[in-house]
Amino acid sequence: MRRDIFQAIADPTRRAILVLIAVQAMTPNAIAEHFDITRQSISRHIRILSQCDLLAQKQEGREIFYQLKIDKMKEIDIWLDQFRKITEEGFQRLDQLLLTLKNKKK
Amino acid sequence: MNQLFDFTVNKDTNTIHITREFAADLDLVWDAFTKAEMLDQWLAPKPWRTQTKEMDFREGGRWLYAMVSPENVSHWSLVEFIKIEDKSFFSGRNTFSDENGKSISSGFSLTSNTFKATGETTTVYVEKKFDSLSTLEMMVAKGFKEGMAMAMSNLDEYLLTLVTSK
Repeated sequence: MRRDIFQAIADPTRRAILVLIAVQAMTPNAIAEHFDITRQSISRHIRILSQCDLLAQKQEGREIFYQLKIDKMKEIDIWLDQFRKITEEGFQRLDQLLLTLKNKKK
Repeated sequence: MNQLFDFTVNKDTNTIHITREFAADLDLVWDAFTKAEMLDQWLAPKPWRTQTKEMDFREGGRWLYAMVSPENVSHWSLVEFIKIEDKSFFSGRNTFSDENGKSISSGFSLTSNTFKATGETTTVYVEKKFDSLSTLEMMVAKGFKEGMAMAMSNLDEYLLTLVTSK
């Protein structure tokens, strides 16, 4: 299944995991210690984040460390920037309308 | 004309704050945000248009409108008005709906609009809080699609992945 970044951040636990692994690479066990939920559901969240292509993995001995691919988080800023543009363009149309109405009044 | 336009996002609270100054008096700007015949003239990006089916601007009332594509496909939205203070403030709950105003998505946003006369201009503060970031994404995707329908053929595919994964 293809997933995207918005599914990743739709869940509060996943957002919290992202914050943790943004700072340092962590093993699943180390991540799980920060949460009051089962190791199994932590694994599920990690799997979803991985499917969203947000995780860089490195193997050290038996342990797998996960770290956030920070560039991927910039995608959401691109979407927000689009929303800003849509809003701004709407207001520019309103400027024109207000100008037309003001001139009519005169 | 270079007017104040401020747009900030708080990702922790899923809230967008917008401040914009308009070169018109308060009465006119208030009407432009609250009267259907005026909203229909500026809200939709060309070649799309806005078409109001119902407008009942009072607390508990609702505004049912569609963004209509150049191919005459309508995308309906509903605003339910929560609180209104004449020429000063109004708030509402926004959702995507069908043509009868029945909600078609669980996502929603709460919008509050504050109006202040500032000499010959009027400043509008908009605060838009989304129930989740994915609702924000959906709104942007729809708005983006409306704005740049031709260029964004991959967006349909993107939206489809969101729908099918639910």
